[in-house]
Amino acid sequence: MTRVYLDHNASAPLKPAVKTAMIQAMDLAGNPSSVHGFGRTVRRAVEEARAQVAALAGVRPAQVFFTGSGTEANNLALRGFPGRQVVTSAIEHDSVLEAVPGAARIPVSRDGVADLAALDRMLASGDGPALVSLMLANNETGAIQPVAEAARIAHAHGALFHCDAVQAAGRLSLDLGALGADLLTLSAHKIGGPAGVGALILADGLEPEALIRGGGQEKRRRAGTENVVGIAGFGAAARLARQELPDSARLTVMRDALEVLALAAVPAARVMGAGAARVGNTSNLLLPGVAGETQVMALDLAGVAVSAGSACSSGKVKPSHVLAAMGESAGDAACAIRVSLGWDSDDAAVERFAAAYAAMAARLARAPAA
Amino acid sequence: MISYANSLGIAKRPQDTRVVVAMSGGVDSSVTAAVLREEGYDVVGITLQLYDHGIALQKPGACCAGQDIYDARQVADRIGIPHYVLDYEGKFSQDVIDDFADTYLRGETPIPCVRCNQRVKFRDLLNTARDLGADALATGHYVRRVQGAAGAELHRAIDPGRDQSYFLFATTREQLEFLRFPLGGLTKPETRALAERHGLEVAAKPDSQDICFVPNGSYADVVAKLRPGSVEPGDIVHVDGRVLGRHRGVVHYTVGQRKGLGIGGIRGEEEPLFVVRLEPGQRRVVVGPRRELARSVVTIREVNWLGPALAPGEGLEVEVKLRSAQPPAPAVWRLGADGTAQAELHEPQYGVAPGQACVVYQGDRVLGGGWIAGTGA
Repeated sequence: MTRVYLDHNASAPLKPAVKTAMIQAMDLAGNPSSVHGFGRTVRRAVEEARAQVAALAGVRPAQVFFTGSGTEANNLALRGFPGRQVVTSAIEHDSVLEAVPGAARIPVSRDGVADLAALDRMLASGDGPALVSLMLANNETGAIQPVAEAARIAHAHGALFHCDAVQAAGRLSLDLGALGADLLTLSAHKIGGPAGVGALILADGLEPEALIRGGGQEKRRRAGTENVVGIAGFGAAARLARQELPDSARLTVMRDALEVLALAAVPAARVMGAGAARVGNTSNLLLPGVAGETQVMALDLAGVAVSAGSACSSGKVKPSHVLAAMGESAGDAACAIRVSLGWDSDDAAVERFAAAYAAMAARLARAPAA
Repeated sequence: MISYANSLGIAKRPQDTRVVVAMSGGVDSSVTAAVLREEGYDVVGITLQLYDHGIALQKPGACCAGQDIYDARQVADRIGIPHYVLDYEGKFSQDVIDDFADTYLRGETPIPCVRCNQRVKFRDLLNTARDLGADALATGHYVRRVQGAAGAELHRAIDPGRDQSYFLFATTREQLEFLRFPLGGLTKPETRALAERHGLEVAAKPDSQDICFVPNGSYADVVAKLRPGSVEPGDIVHVDGRVLGRHRGVVHYTVGQRKGLGIGGIRGEEEPLFVVRLEPGQRRVVVGPRRELARSVVTIREVNWLGPALAPGEGLEVEVKLRSAQPPAPAVWRLGADGTAQAELHEPQYGVAPGQACVVYQGDRVLGGGWIAGTGA
């Protein structure tokens, strides 16, 4: 049985050109911090990648700081300014929510879009300087958040503004200045790069306190010898993400077709966040009464890989905090799956999904309740 | 057309027969999965996360830490089957742990493993298996499912030392039709040998002991944690009315218990004393000599009947097992109204504890059973 991968928001398959760049980097010997020629050669590879990531984010290379993951970049952003009260949205990734557990949370609409009037009130009633964190595209629904306006509100209250753009990179055009963000998080493996490397983009003059201390790498903001192979892969993936941005229009057409097919076959299903502007690759389908984990298992056994909620290391699935924040009942919030397309997705994959989804729903409708 | 049944009694080729195996991470369920896989079945492993180990061990934040889940994944990977972990913490807490605490507080002695089989594994997991298009759910229980003329029957395991039929009495006919127990015909050494042959790392893993969510065996501590303030001291009273001492809470005691009463060596007491009954309302533990424990009639509730059709009140000669570690005793069994029944014992039995199961046998066959509600002399 051939398997179909529709879980790009979890991790995208490595793009072939990225793999080539990484293999080339593997042949480089030396530590980028070393004085000798070997070190300089490796450093050049890191700096080339930095320039490519900078171009993806619309910033200068000096504003790019590599980390070990998007999660680490989010932690660095949110925990790097301990004097500031953190305000975040209720639909952020766990790497934001867990980084500052007591943070105030901006509510979201039924379609999963942050309520900026609420943000304005929260900042007005807060005391002391704040740090606002709002993602650009939600990982579960794809809903695009009003980041530029949120940044304007944040700045009007003297707050710093961080944007987790991990799920937006390669799907929306990114520009730190246009977004008005002071800090921006990126991750390589969501855009066809390798897992294990991320970046925090900083506006000029911002100096978050380092989480990892030791050597002077990344201008003392992130100690540890650079993951040269991973960074080289990130650079190549960033270059491709910028070049291939028009591909998101193709994915949007496919995603919309997927939803039409799914809803036609399974009328009880609902598309979550359908009323919001969404990145084109993501679809969140809720089938009331059927646990998302059961749907994921049934589809996996049919050779179609999707996800439900966010899985922890054991593979156990918890109900979605995103759908709960959108006003779904606890029962329904546990009954959704996320389908996410990417660079290697084709029409055949969409058809496979639609057929497997319809077959699953038909079997569930027949299954006797014991 | 030639019709035949495969080794699971299903008229399909093994590769077309999907079997969900409930994998606990122990040797028995691991071997169950390995054996079915070797026979060519479309095996899907599922492990239930039943409780947060952090709560059981009083360690916060031990999410997903279970070694058993890890072991199950490793086995599934080794034998090459898909494996999933289902979060049943909520169901388990509500359907098993709450019942465990409440039963103790009623002065009864619960068997949470029966509740878990009845309400979690054979209800919710079985339904999930159906949802996944499975033809059967297999477990590593030592019990046999025998295809009889009138449908599937539940029989004791071949290995009497391993037989788990006492814990499976609540399995309904419908569940039994869907269930398979491939280890029922094996002895434990045979199972371990199979684990070795399949190269399973769990081959030498010790058997699980006691109740899974009470790792150190202190049931009363768990009840006290679940129901704060409910475990209160009271009097230990002799059946003749004398107050003999104090106790730390009725949940510490079970009917038939002799040791640990803390009233040993009472002057003038020539006979050893046993817990005769628990009176949680008055917070009293009633003790007396062994003859006070003799019971000839046991009333049963929540009966699950797998045996032949019986008219209400009609007597059937059976053997009943009133405790997991006790041999069955001959009795006459009569079904009553509303899921009740009565067992009339030919010889009095000692230490019959409400909350335990009364499981009905005829020879090796399990005819059903229910929960002990009350007793009579």
